[in-house]
Amino acid sequence: MKFTLDWLKAHLDTDASLEEICDKLTAIGLEIEGVEDRAATYAPFKVAYVESAEKHPDADKLKVCQVKTADHGTLQIVCGAPNAKAGMKVIFAPNGSYIPGLDITLKKAEIRGVESNGMMVSEKEMLLSDEHKGIIEVDEKHEIGTPMAEIYGLVDPVIEINLTPNRADCAGVYGIARDLAAAGMGTLKPVHYHPLGGTYKSSIGVKIEDEGCVHFVGREIKNIKNGPSPDWMQALLKAVGLRPINALVDITNFINLDHARPLHVYDADKINGDIVAKSAQGGEDLDALNDKSYTLLEGSLVITDSNGVIGLAGIVGGTSTSSELETTNIFLECAYFEPSRIARTGRDLGVNSDARYRFERGVDPEFTRPAMDLFTHLVFEICGTPDTKVSEVVEAGAPIEWRREINYDPSYFENLIGFEVEAHTQKTILHSLGFTIADSGKGWVINPPSWRGDVEGKADITEEIARIIGLDALPAVSVRADDATTKGAETLILSRVRAARAALTSRGLDECVSWSFTGENQARAFGCNDNALTALSLKNPISNEMNVMRPSALPLLIEAATRNSARGFAGAALCEIGPVFKGVKPEDQVSVASGIRAGAAFGRHWADKDATRSVDLYDAKADALAALEAAGAPAANAQVRTGAAEYFHPGRSGVIALGKTIIAQFGELHPAVLEELNVKFPVVGFEVFLENIPAAKKKSVAKPMLTLEPLQPLTKDFAFIVDESREAIDVLRAAMAADKKLISGGNIFDIYQGKGVDEGKKSVAIALTLQPRGESLTDKDIEALIKSVSDIVEKKCGGVLRG
Amino acid sequence: MSDINALKTELSTEIEAATDLAALDEVRVSVLGKKGRITALMKTLGRMDPEERKTTGQALNVLKDEIAALIKRQESALKKQAMDVRLASETLDISLPPRPERKGHVHPISQTIEEMVTIFASMGFSVAEGPDIEDDWHNFTALNFPPGHPAREMQDTFFLPDDESEQGERAKKLLRTHTSSVQIRNMTEIAKTGAPPIKTICFGRTYRSDYDMTHTPMFHQMECLFIDKDVTMAHLKGCLTDFVRTFFALDDLPVRFRPSFFPFVEPGAEVDIGYVKNKDGSIKLGKAPEGQEQKWMEILGSGMVHPNVLKNCGIDPEEYQGFAFGCGIERIAMLKYGIPDLRTFFDCDVRWLAHYGFSSIDRPNAATGQ
Repeated sequence: MKFTLDWLKAHLDTDASLEEICDKLTAIGLEIEGVEDRAATYAPFKVAYVESAEKHPDADKLKVCQVKTADHGTLQIVCGAPNAKAGMKVIFAPNGSYIPGLDITLKKAEIRGVESNGMMVSEKEMLLSDEHKGIIEVDEKHEIGTPMAEIYGLVDPVIEINLTPNRADCAGVYGIARDLAAAGMGTLKPVHYHPLGGTYKSSIGVKIEDEGCVHFVGREIKNIKNGPSPDWMQALLKAVGLRPINALVDITNFINLDHARPLHVYDADKINGDIVAKSAQGGEDLDALNDKSYTLLEGSLVITDSNGVIGLAGIVGGTSTSSELETTNIFLECAYFEPSRIARTGRDLGVNSDARYRFERGVDPEFTRPAMDLFTHLVFEICGTPDTKVSEVVEAGAPIEWRREINYDPSYFENLIGFEVEAHTQKTILHSLGFTIADSGKGWVINPPSWRGDVEGKADITEEIARIIGLDALPAVSVRADDATTKGAETLILSRVRAARAALTSRGLDECVSWSFTGENQARAFGCNDNALTALSLKNPISNEMNVMRPSALPLLIEAATRNSARGFAGAALCEIGPVFKGVKPEDQVSVASGIRAGAAFGRHWADKDATRSVDLYDAKADALAALEAAGAPAANAQVRTGAAEYFHPGRSGVIALGKTIIAQFGELHPAVLEELNVKFPVVGFEVFLENIPAAKKKSVAKPMLTLEPLQPLTKDFAFIVDESREAIDVLRAAMAADKKLISGGNIFDIYQGKGVDEGKKSVAIALTLQPRGESLTDKDIEALIKSVSDIVEKKCGGVLRG
Repeated sequence: MSDINALKTELSTEIEAATDLAALDEVRVSVLGKKGRITALMKTLGRMDPEERKTTGQALNVLKDEIAALIKRQESALKKQAMDVRLASETLDISLPPRPERKGHVHPISQTIEEMVTIFASMGFSVAEGPDIEDDWHNFTALNFPPGHPAREMQDTFFLPDDESEQGERAKKLLRTHTSSVQIRNMTEIAKTGAPPIKTICFGRTYRSDYDMTHTPMFHQMECLFIDKDVTMAHLKGCLTDFVRTFFALDDLPVRFRPSFFPFVEPGAEVDIGYVKNKDGSIKLGKAPEGQEQKWMEILGSGMVHPNVLKNCGIDPEEYQGFAFGCGIERIAMLKYGIPDLRTFFDCDVRWLAHYGFSSIDRPNAATGQ
């Protein structure tokens, strides 16, 4: 919402400075978006006189002018404007000034070898219009040195406020003045509008056939003379960014901005029959005054005459009945439309207007007649002829019932806001805002004014008082002392997220935050089936690459690795701990710690010839296990088996499970998936399903008592020949089961195939840690152990102890 | 006795002449061994008369100890010499880089969230959670956005197909446009089984269909909610002031409340924090020094929870009241850590992550305050 200071002062009698007014506006909830002090912006630009204009020696279209200025003497300026000539008065911009239309600051220049100081400007360069055919020529009556702002009426600062949707009343300058007056910024000037009776019956009637139009009043005015609106009105409209059209249209625009009251004026001679507000059937076409055409939807609220649709109700009129310069007879529409209907029609057809803006926020239902009288007066004043005559008002419907009572106890203010405001102060503020108050004995009964449809309950009343007093008065009371929690503040999942993050980043993965959406192909490749794809597709995506809620973060991380690689940073190691989606219900969203490693494990290194090896599934497995352990999963007890999702390599991937519950999966990405994503380097990845980790059974955080064995442990190595398909971990598990008390640890330290081992077999070398308890081990003990280990491995895995 | 003195001189010379450990050992054996020279002299004592035996014996013992000490000293000297020789040949190029290890980084959004949880935990708040895919009821209607209200259009919403297993507004699926929907779930849940106080924070991904210099279709918000019988707007100001001052580590950070409008609060206020503009155009958060202009920037929205919202969640607004506030996480992270461009948060550029990210061991905690 834009207005000028003078416009405001037409309604507000005040001595306050611009700065004070702006500060107050922000303080009462009408936040200043910007103030354009045009006098300051245009201060450098003044009238100058072109003494001579000669052709540039090296350029046909340029002229070298000698220009007499007020502050800089006579200057040489090279100018390309076709209308530059000796003897004209121009607007001169000196070196060092900022040209708003070009967004440059002028410097002394040399143009084709000729010195040029400053410039003579066009209207476009001054942001006055789109006119750029030539430089501005000002009337010769203006003295050299006259500020441009004076000639163009640009001394009045333009104020823009950021109007919140609840304050429809302040979509007009008068409403803003009323708020400022209530806040002590001056006195509100009364608006004079006398009801004007008609002298004849309107030839056009009005009807309502859809409840979306609640109240419709109209009036015919005959024998007027349209023309340009007066300079003062044009200046105000231009200042707030509206293009003056003709007096009739300008008057409606002016009242719209002045009183937040949209009106529409028709050329009465172009209307056939009565005017009816009703629903569109759908399919009708309308050429609108905003130079666009619309095909209406069923249920759009429209204005019609007997020829059909002549306007979108409360939004924009049609060209077929518009008032033009030649118009002599008019019909004025002043209606109240249901805000939600205007919003819906506007949204469905994608049309915005100043009228829609106000109607959908709710205009003052009691201002229909006054607005009509204001308009009539202005038409008389600006377009009146001796023969002008005004019809009686035609009316359909009635104002909406806007009156309501709010029970309010003045002590509620302190209860809700936290500081005391005396009852009589509260009353004064409410009165000044137009509220009426009756004392019921048990508190107040408050009636909000007709223009404050947003005030519904007692909390709204406190807001009115608080904002007028100013929230600077609000004390700050700490909530630290209360309710210090003895439980952790985190949820279980959040703790896991945090721990997994720490574990993965400490293992060298960079944590990313990538989009929650991905493309359809990516979603399909990562396990999204047809049903899920339909349910999870955005109806209005930003692009086709971002149109499905992701079933996995892996495709986004892989694409990130590709982007990094393209920038010259290959071998990314990335993780993300975030949501993935299986469906649209809350429980279908799960938290997953995901990560990938791409390309070579490390760069070349002098001490490590193996550093540049490709990442492999064991890197991903280590990541997954680290995240699981950090997140509190009993990773040591988990089973590792095949069965990872189809986007992993079938032979080089696995899941980590507790019983039937899969808590993680890891492996090489499937080559077909990498091909689909156009990835040229190896990628391994993992996903840890944080919700699937069982909650710790033990409530206590105390750890069991530690007993330290005095005797040293010893290590015994074994090598078994097994089938090459046998998982090595089976051998170790079997061996460790030989004596659970004595064997305290084990490790697979070599896998060998080749010379000395039969085809189809492999050697698995394991080291068992033996912890003697109480007494040292004898040779006999050890022999017995070797036997039981080799027996059990043979029995369970068909393993033969290697000699 | 002169024999003994002569022997001492002789042996000392021999010990000094031994230039390696083997030669020294030879000397030791030739002196103190079973057939050694001092050992041989000791054996002669038995043939002496008691008086002589006593004096000679004493002298020999002294000699023996002295020689042993000399040998030991020479041995240390030789060992040290040998060590020096070895060390002189054992040099490595210390300029070579050590074996590689990867360093990962925590994303600034995570860092900021962990900081906020730490700060609010110290004020007695705990974390609440809710889904990213919401329905029209939780995201709008329950928050007092009536259907068709222009306030709904302030937020460009992403829509999903209707959930056919649900009815009405709950079937209309969308991506939450703010974390305020978590308030609704949180309050509804608590109202079902109990009653306030409710003192929670939530944070997470939020979505709006907007993508330009200063908007991304996904971003993060945090939200704070405190409902009890006597929570006032002054508590809101206190809580917020404590939060922003702790978060930005500025004890005198000015905080300003301005009346504003959000459908789910009444009264509503926007909150500004103070800064000054430096000569080079950069900004510095904090109180303006004498003579400099105090500037303000909007940082979050807040207010007293609207009675309609409490009612929608099954909480009696005649009995309970409270405040809520929320802010964009990227915005405060950008301010605190000097990150210039919102869009870069989601690009996963490893150079950006290494530069703006945080160490895995630098996790926020109550001791660091942030």
